[in-house]
Amino acid sequence: MSGQAFFERLKTKFGDMITGADFEALDPWIEVAPEGLVALGRYLRDEPDLRFNMLNCVSGVDYFEPDAKKAAKTPWQPHLEVVYHLWSVPHRVSLVLKVVLPRWKDGVPGELPEVPSVSGLWSTADWHEREVYDLSGVYFTGHPNLRRILCPEDWVGHPLRKDYEMPLEYHGIRGK
Amino acid sequence: MATQLDDPRIIEFDVRTDEMLVNMGPQHPSTHGVLRLVLRTDGEIVSEVTPHIGYLHRCAEKIGENLTPKQWIPYTDRMDYLAGMNMNLGWALTVEKLMKLELPDKARHLRVIIAEMGRIASHLVGMGAYGLDLGTFSPFLYAFRERERILDLFELACGARLTYSYLTVGGATHDLPPGWLKKCEEFLRGLEPVIVEYHTLLTTNAIFVRRTAGIGLLTSDMAIDYGCTGPVLRGSGVDQDLRRDGEERYTEMYDGYAFEVIVERDGHYPKDHKYPPVPATAVLGDCWHRFYVRMLEVMQSIDLVRQAIDRYGTAKGSHAVPLKLNEKLPKGEVYLETEAPRGQMGFYVVSDGSPIPWRARARSSCFCNLSVTHEICRGCLIADVPAIVGSLDIVMGEIDR
Repeated sequence: MSGQAFFERLKTKFGDMITGADFEALDPWIEVAPEGLVALGRYLRDEPDLRFNMLNCVSGVDYFEPDAKKAAKTPWQPHLEVVYHLWSVPHRVSLVLKVVLPRWKDGVPGELPEVPSVSGLWSTADWHEREVYDLSGVYFTGHPNLRRILCPEDWVGHPLRKDYEMPLEYHGIRGK
Repeated sequence: MATQLDDPRIIEFDVRTDEMLVNMGPQHPSTHGVLRLVLRTDGEIVSEVTPHIGYLHRCAEKIGENLTPKQWIPYTDRMDYLAGMNMNLGWALTVEKLMKLELPDKARHLRVIIAEMGRIASHLVGMGAYGLDLGTFSPFLYAFRERERILDLFELACGARLTYSYLTVGGATHDLPPGWLKKCEEFLRGLEPVIVEYHTLLTTNAIFVRRTAGIGLLTSDMAIDYGCTGPVLRGSGVDQDLRRDGEERYTEMYDGYAFEVIVERDGHYPKDHKYPPVPATAVLGDCWHRFYVRMLEVMQSIDLVRQAIDRYGTAKGSHAVPLKLNEKLPKGEVYLETEAPRGQMGFYVVSDGSPIPWRARARSSCFCNLSVTHEICRGCLIADVPAIVGSLDIVMGEIDR
């Protein structure tokens, strides 16, 4: 099934939840709104001719340029993306889903953007979403156990964000 | 006194059962690195295992946003440090996919030789360390004796024994030195009969079978659900190997090579008439099968290296595509997974057109393999926990990056 036909099929089923797609890229992707993620995920996992039953990777990518002069030249507005790489074991096909989020919820700095958790669909997402929460600062609603996984529990800040500053000290250890 | 204790109807009034919280702390000889397992046990039976990771987090991904891909190769070495060559290969292939680079034939066959030798070396550690976890020391030494020979070969090729940084974007940093292929063939000839010895040492050892057969059962559905890959997935009976099923950029490396995926089909493993039979107590998806898949993969890799040596001898081209130090990456993003010895290692690179990636993400196979521990360790004995964690063959460097 070609990319365009697949996109049309999802658009008919999910309507406005599918907010975009890119088929020219090396790894074509489909953009979905946060509210429609779980329903789309369930459809992709359970449809017999799709069967995307393995979630390979969940990554958080921070699109923000801290340098003001370079920020003026970027083709995108500051945002955060959560990228899901899916794989179908029976059909041996891969698919990329993207959720585009604002960097801060409702524009309030410090309030993490929210995405529903897909750990109910693919259990891998449990640890992957903990990592994206820990490092990129995305809050996954409905996650059974959302706490930091790589950084210590009492760490402040989300290191992979582009405007992250290393703390001056942590429990007496000098940071900068 | 004696008669009172002999009568089972008399229960001592002050014996209470309580839950214990046992910490298999970050420093532990059997946890394959700095892994903290918190066990909730009812006496000797484990009711819950919670792994805590992050003790080896070295911020490799943040560093990847400040270095060119070639400069980031040493950081990939240190992820799965027991299979450094395969980590280098994964990242190099990902960046080459983004740059749409075509590799000369010689580089391709060189990569097969090196990657499969790396797989043998890694599985030898997996096997030896697994024996060590369960309490036997000799297989560890035997395995490392063979691994030392591979490390000597790698040292001849690139100068390093553990952190190679040999396979780089465009091919390899240096060509194989003269005489290397001959030494490699000698090594393979010496390795084959020794692997048969290891089967007697571990695979058919009655104590080993008692400790691993039927333990840590992982069903194929659960394995796919938790994203387990590599020998963990194949040990549960799922027929998936990226060298055959993966993306074209990776499978074309193995184009023309004859190999079979090591997985049980209809109750049989490939060529299993040559190897000891599966014990009666072993169930598909248990620790024993995961271990057996690794042992058979070593034999498969020996065969692949032999084929690659033949092809490398007659291949045309050079060992690498010359690239500028500050080569600009095309705009875009790619994700590529390769079959590393411990599972599918994925790299995701996002580029905005400058020589330095915007985001370099490593998807670790052991990260997902370890996440299934809390499911498969339920109800086992405390002594089974190292057996299960050892059978997943994890390396903390890869999990924490």
